[in-house]
Amino acid sequence: MYRIARKDILSEAVVSFEIEAREIANKARAGQFFVLRIDERGERIPLTIADFDRDRGTITTVFQKVGKTTHHLATLGEGDSISDVVGPLGTPTHIDRFGNVICVGGGVGIAPIFPIARALKHAGNTVISIIGARMRELIFWEEKMRSVSDKLIVTTDDGSYGRKAVVTVPLDELLTNNEDIQRVYAIGPAIMMKFVCITTQKHRVKTIVSLNSIMVDATGMCGACRVEVGGETKFACVDGPEFDGHAVDFDVLMARQRMYLSEEKEALEHYRKKKEVS
Amino acid sequence: MGERQETERPKKRIPMREQPPGERARNFMEVPYGYTAEEAVEEASRCLQCLKPMCRLGCPVLVDIPAFIKLIREGRFIEAAWKIKEDNALPAVCGRVCPQEIQCESLCILGKKGEPVAIGNLERFVADFERDAGEIRVPEKLPTTGRRIAVIGSGPAGLACAADLAKLGHHVTIFEALHKPGGVLIYGIPEFRLPKIIVEREVDYIKKLGVDVMVNTVIGKLYTIDELLTEGRYDACFIATGAGLPLFLGIPGENLNGIYSANEFLTRANLMKSYLFPEYDTPVKRGRSVAVIGGGNVAMDAARVALRLGAEKVHLIYRRSEAEMPARRAEIHHAREEGVEFNTLTNPVRFLDDGKGNVSGVECIRMELGEPDESGRRKPVPVKGSEFTIPIDVAIPALGTRSNPLLVSNVPGLGLTKKGYIVADEETGMTTKKGVFAGGDIVTGSATVILALGAGRKSAQAIDDYLKWKFWDTRKFAPS
Ligand SMILES: Cc1cc2nc3c(=O)[nH]c(=O)nc-3n(C[C@H](O)[C@H](O)[C@H](O)COP(=O)(O)OP(=O)(O)OC[C@H]3O[C@@H](n4cnc5c(N)ncnc54)[C@H](O)[C@@H]3O)c2cc1C
Ligand code: SF4
Ligand code: FES
Repeated sequence: MYRIARKDILSEAVVSFEIEAREIANKARAGQFFVLRIDERGERIPLTIADFDRDRGTITTVFQKVGKTTHHLATLGEGDSISDVVGPLGTPTHIDRFGNVICVGGGVGIAPIFPIARALKHAGNTVISIIGARMRELIFWEEKMRSVSDKLIVTTDDGSYGRKAVVTVPLDELLTNNEDIQRVYAIGPAIMMKFVCITTQKHRVKTIVSLNSIMVDATGMCGACRVEVGGETKFACVDGPEFDGHAVDFDVLMARQRMYLSEEKEALEHYRKKKEVS
Repeated sequence: MGERQETERPKKRIPMREQPPGERARNFMEVPYGYTAEEAVEEASRCLQCLKPMCRLGCPVLVDIPAFIKLIREGRFIEAAWKIKEDNALPAVCGRVCPQEIQCESLCILGKKGEPVAIGNLERFVADFERDAGEIRVPEKLPTTGRRIAVIGSGPAGLACAADLAKLGHHVTIFEALHKPGGVLIYGIPEFRLPKIIVEREVDYIKKLGVDVMVNTVIGKLYTIDELLTEGRYDACFIATGAGLPLFLGIPGENLNGIYSANEFLTRANLMKSYLFPEYDTPVKRGRSVAVIGGGNVAMDAARVALRLGAEKVHLIYRRSEAEMPARRAEIHHAREEGVEFNTLTNPVRFLDDGKGNVSGVECIRMELGEPDESGRRKPVPVKGSEFTIPIDVAIPALGTRSNPLLVSNVPGLGLTKKGYIVADEETGMTTKKGVFAGGDIVTGSATVILALGAGRKSAQAIDDYLKWKFWDTRKFAPS
């Protein structure tokens, strides 16, 4: 059992937990994820380790209420426990002193880009960050991001906060005006990562993306997480989750993410009905 | 010995009663019911109590087969179970999943003229009897040695090794990546062939021996082997992580929705209980027309699970002929009885798309047997122009596995074969790295429960020796 030490409601749809998992916190590095299962009947879902505190022995995760599991998760509070937490999983981000880098986080992707931006900053890079969401109330961790960035740009699709634009607009400008960007890191919805990669390809800047495919074991045993990278099948849980964005087939990723849409709906309805009854 | 009573001995094997095929193909309950005490005694009475029992030679762990059969005949069922447990810690499992027809039963003298003694059925009977009688005996342990051993992986190899080491008085911790211990016994082999309660009981037994079982612990990520040996203060490690990475066909369309590796399909169904969705959260596509590709136990299991999930048609596609299928005969027989359609000498060429990213068909080509290949089996070659399409909405390649590099590629000094399996001495499980032993599928590639179990036991003995003398002879591994 893993206790929830702290819960923050970041927006109507987005929640963050600090979970007590000392060993995982000791080992976690930027770019890694963990798997959780709420209870005996739960499914195993991967979530990025958005932060870790080695003194407190906790890992932080940020999730959006989408399907049954994340809705259920959001009903848990401080002091409640989660049955299973497994990690840290996946290959950590390759951190080096590259020079100038841009970190792009979209939607809940703002959370996992944070530890990467922080590690890049610590390694001596100049970090420009762009965080974006559909509207003001979905932007979170702005101050946290600012604290690890030399410059921070905030965008919203509807202009309710920061600049009215999608993240690729300031990205394109930065790349056009600044010849000297060595790398771009992008995490967010698949469609956003796809367009980030189209943008950076134009400017020939190496781009690292983190793929959030459906997973089961997350140890390389099942192949649920397979993605196509450079024409080859890769397992996101062990070969990734980070890949060279210019080689990723985002259409395959998006199609595979939709695999259980109807089941997810059914599970959520079933869960809501059961809650009403009880 | 040799109380020969020719006249009374039944000639034919006592069949095990089973659920009727039509019924069972729609539920997840175990297929055979098991012998009654009378049936077991009657079957046991067929055994000739050979002075040189051939059956025993066919058993990878050399169970004293005639001795336990004799105890059954005398009605001493619990003692019979203990007799088996002297050599095999998991009789309830092995009685159900061992390929007896190519092991003990293939050598039984009665098989020369008629049917061999149903050794597997008898093994299962006594193990179940012991359990139902509530008389699971925890053997006496030797005094504590203060030595600590880390076992990585809780499949049959890990469980067997841990049990033996605990009995020898060592402190054993099993580290398991998944949330439930048991390895393939829990996540792979389906409920109707091996009820999970049986595996859970075996794990409980091992815990009763004093073994700590740490689930949710991925070695190589949370701790490295070197950390276990230093900071973790373990005196030795036994790596039994099984064969991981599933193989795919490498044909177009393989990443379409609805295409599962057998590992994924079975893990969803068994470990995650997706057949109870939405009561359980994990979904699985319930195909109406399902293609399973392969001819081993894994393929049979996947095909039979697909039927139980409600498929109207399950097509088993195999490139060679039925005689070459590596699955247990009983599984092939059960699958066919339940309505799985066999397409032998058939090979998939590509998967077809419904335009929305879902699989809608598989194009196949007929094969014929040509010249023998390296393995001595006649090699299947495609028949030109024989392509045809099977409409499907779920496909399950069950083509075997490769070594999972997650742990083994991150252990400095650990020698690997070209295929990525661990190089280990067959008799002891010693690897090229001091203090590290290995056994089971991660050494041999996908094999059997009993071979994994045997490897675990041999390593337990070798680890016990090593802890006394700390002698490490790796000359065997030096290139000659
Ligand atoms: C569907 C299916 C049906 C089968 N049917 C039969 C049958 O009828 N008869 C038969 O004899 N054999 C059968 N087999 C084969 C048999 O199950 C295997 O040969 C046997 O289980 C191998 O045992 P093992 O202990 O080596 O590994 P496994 O049973 O594979 O166990 C390995 C364990 O290690 C864990 N692990 C892996 N990596 C790590 C890590 N880094 N850290 C911690 N833990 C880790 C895994 O999660 C797993 O639990 C079948 C296999 C499958 C898949
Ligand atoms: S070979 Fe057959 S008949 Fe002889 S002892 Fe073994 S089981 Fe009995
Ligand atoms: S999630 Fe199973 S192999 Fe990646």
